[in-house]
Amino acid sequence: MQEWANLALDTARVRGATFADARVMDIRLRDLSTKNGQVGTLSESESLGLGVRVMTEGCWGFSSTSRLTREGVQACAARAVAIARASALAKRHDVVLVPEQAWVDTWQNPFIKDPFAIPLERQLDLLLAADAEMRRVAGVTLAETSMQFRRIEQWYASSLGSRIHQFKMQSGAGIVATSFAGNEIQKRSYPASFGGQHQLAGYELIESLDLVAHAPRLAQEAVALHQAPMCPEGQRTIILESSQLGLQIHESIGHPIELDRVLGMEANFAGMSFLTLDKLGKLRYASDIVNVVADARLEHGPGLGTFGYDDEGVPAQCTDIIKGGLFTGYLSDRETAAAIALRRSGGTMRAESWNRLPMIRMTNVSLLPGEWRYDDLIADTDDAILMETNRSWSIDDRRYHFQFSTEIGWEIKGGKKTRMLKNPSYSGITTEFWNSCDAICSRDHWTLWGTPNCGKGQPMQTMGTGHGASPSRFRNVRVGVAFAKS
Amino acid sequence: MSPARKSARRSSAPRTPSRVTGGPAVAEPHLPSDAELRRLAERVLRFSDADETEVEIDAGVDALTRFANNTIHQNVAEQTLTVSVRTVLDGRTARATTNKTDDESLRRAVAASAALARSQPKNPDLLPMPRRQKYPQVQRYFPATASATPDDRARAVAAVVGRAEKDGRTAAGIFSTGASAMLLVNSSGLHAAHRQTRAEFSVTMLEGDSSGWAKANSPDLRQIHPETLAAAAGEKSAASRHPREVAPGRWTVILEPAAVLDLVGFLFYDFAGTAVLDQRSCFNNRLGKKVMGENITLRDDVTHPLQSGAPFDGEGMPRQKVLLVERGVPKNLVYARATAKKMKAKSTGHGFALPNDFGEAPMNLVFDGGSTSVEEMVASTDRGILLTRLWYIREVDPYEKVLTGMTRDGSFLVENGRIAAGIRNFRFNQNILEMLSNVAQLGPAVRAAGEESFEMVVPSMKVGNFHFTEVTKF
Repeated sequence: MQEWANLALDTARVRGATFADARVMDIRLRDLSTKNGQVGTLSESESLGLGVRVMTEGCWGFSSTSRLTREGVQACAARAVAIARASALAKRHDVVLVPEQAWVDTWQNPFIKDPFAIPLERQLDLLLAADAEMRRVAGVTLAETSMQFRRIEQWYASSLGSRIHQFKMQSGAGIVATSFAGNEIQKRSYPASFGGQHQLAGYELIESLDLVAHAPRLAQEAVALHQAPMCPEGQRTIILESSQLGLQIHESIGHPIELDRVLGMEANFAGMSFLTLDKLGKLRYASDIVNVVADARLEHGPGLGTFGYDDEGVPAQCTDIIKGGLFTGYLSDRETAAAIALRRSGGTMRAESWNRLPMIRMTNVSLLPGEWRYDDLIADTDDAILMETNRSWSIDDRRYHFQFSTEIGWEIKGGKKTRMLKNPSYSGITTEFWNSCDAICSRDHWTLWGTPNCGKGQPMQTMGTGHGASPSRFRNVRVGVAFAKS
Repeated sequence: MSPARKSARRSSAPRTPSRVTGGPAVAEPHLPSDAELRRLAERVLRFSDADETEVEIDAGVDALTRFANNTIHQNVAEQTLTVSVRTVLDGRTARATTNKTDDESLRRAVAASAALARSQPKNPDLLPMPRRQKYPQVQRYFPATASATPDDRARAVAAVVGRAEKDGRTAAGIFSTGASAMLLVNSSGLHAAHRQTRAEFSVTMLEGDSSGWAKANSPDLRQIHPETLAAAAGEKSAASRHPREVAPGRWTVILEPAAVLDLVGFLFYDFAGTAVLDQRSCFNNRLGKKVMGENITLRDDVTHPLQSGAPFDGEGMPRQKVLLVERGVPKNLVYARATAKKMKAKSTGHGFALPNDFGEAPMNLVFDGGSTSVEEMVASTDRGILLTRLWYIREVDPYEKVLTGMTRDGSFLVENGRIAAGIRNFRFNQNILEMLSNVAQLGPAVRAAGEESFEMVVPSMKVGNFHFTEVTKF
């Protein structure tokens, strides 16, 4: 496959490109799901193609094709150059890239069990067993389970001389119990909502989740929520469990630090960011105990934002985003790094597939662990609401104002977890919220969550991102607004 | 305001690039012909010895020119073709998809589909594949759209950003064109083909503390007028300068069509028979009851002249016109074949490709409109809010159908029958059934394009008691 990428570069150069890079990607997916005891989705797909990005006359052009023939690849590269020339019709300045060296390397994420080698019957049996356990609980009206596997092999070449071969294996699974009664639909998801947990791992991840064992508790909670009192309205202390906090990080830290948003490149669709350049190194983003990194390196963990090299040939890195509460870094690529006079790209360019242009995406944007033991945190909390498992999420287009609701809440009174609360929600302004954080649990309670469905760009691209978090406490947060009647 | 955007404003006017010779002219990619797709499908069918086999081929040629900071910063094109095979063996079915069209890859896709099918228990709801059907005629392929070039798109963008620069604004947006062809055949003789084109222009105009937005799409490029849309976005940007903060609460709200679309679009799956069977539709126990206002009538109609899409569903059944809501009363649901059998109804031709968890959904929603223009709605409002666009809408309560989201890119205070000021953006938490019970005025129904829902035919609406809960900082 590497030769197709090389051919694309040769063609682009002959056509007048001053820079080019090309990716061949071979992607295989497997999707399984069940619903109320029956198999729902059962499908596999494969997709192979090439995308080439070129710079001509200081402008970008990108073209892609699944026709991996000499003629097809040459036509694709020639088209990319023609598109770049068209871009120059509305050009204000030449694109400038920070330097990057040529890399020749091979990288693969470690995994133990190839999910595509596990018999389908075994995978379906596991899902159907979890499905049955949920339906055993009276009051469950809908039981759903799912598994997804993704195998990505890609060959990258650039006119700088890079030749990079990467292989990634991704696995994920989750279960959901839903209960409809009266005028309410309540649901509980495990291990997280919207597809469960996803990591750069093999089938060993699925086995570690123990879906069947968690199914009865999940189903019982979904039904019990109908009888639970409503989450109150007002200013309260809240404790967020780690998957909800992972999404909070994603929306209120991960997106606003994307330098393309900051520089206005996403203004028409995803929006911009309150983190204007004057705030770098000056803004108290969070309280002193908050440390956030964007870390794509394997040593951070098997996150969906883990890789060897990004999709413009820059090695995986760790960037300090918030250090001791101070805002210290953006997510950048070679173009945006040059725009703000950074010496090097932060290495965050990724593309969903061969037919998409790489763009700045979150890697693993994680809250580093604190020092609290979870039991100590609860014991230390006199009056709070513990919120678990995301149900809805929304934030404005500059990432100031957010509102989240979770599937379940628990009242904390006098240092003890007491009664269940239904329809919990909280809202706030990003920096006020993060500055109210006064306790973060330790590494023992830290999980690197996978968000497999982050949308960005036009045409839209879906990307997996990683978010490490441990349960944390926030003071004086507005709760209950989402369900307020007036 | 970022330095990058400031520097963009100071830069020179658009200029024509010098042309360099670098090889022969580049031919624009084209879609495979119907005959080519048919020959490919017949090859796949020949490779299968399953009890039944279905082949779906989707081909596309798409391009998108993206601009921001008054310059084109991304400019992309793609050519795709996928072959998707569904086999049925002894009451079991599964799907495998490939984008490789050599014999070996197609045989492997057929074999993968069969292996997946064999791995599962029998499906008691599985029906035999449908035979040949008759479809309503729709004309959604326009050569003017299919033949658009990168230069065509770039020239239109250059005109828009040139104007923005003269007006002291920063423009961002997209101009995309594309064409697609689809063929669905099965071993029982079904043959369904559809070709269509697609054009879309979207623009945000930014000023120091305000912004405005406009968007349109159509199968016919000649219906897209970038400079008109840019002018509309610019007017909103100018009118919303120095936004005031007004208190959240219950307000009379005038929703332009894009804002209506992105709210009511969240109802689409509630009309699925499967959603009612699964007890996750907001119409559970509400069918036949008045849950919206007398002035709300909604149907699904793939043949409507402002609609787009194929006249058949994922199994190849013809899409029927379905009256979903009549004068505020939800009357009918849509059904895939298997759902219809379970619910003792008739298939309406709204099923997704099998196998799937979701059954079906209406994809061509058309609201009845009224005759009140947005200007007349403003003129008749003593105190209210006019909204251009909504953003990041999510479902808070699936049964009461409470949605949350933000306003964006053109939010205005209306006082004494006129636009008084731009305002800081609100968060809303609004019950959509309640909203559709409080519609005081309706505009003419138009094809609207937003970002949260697929395109529909909807009117602008003036709504009472809309619930804003908080306000953001811009």
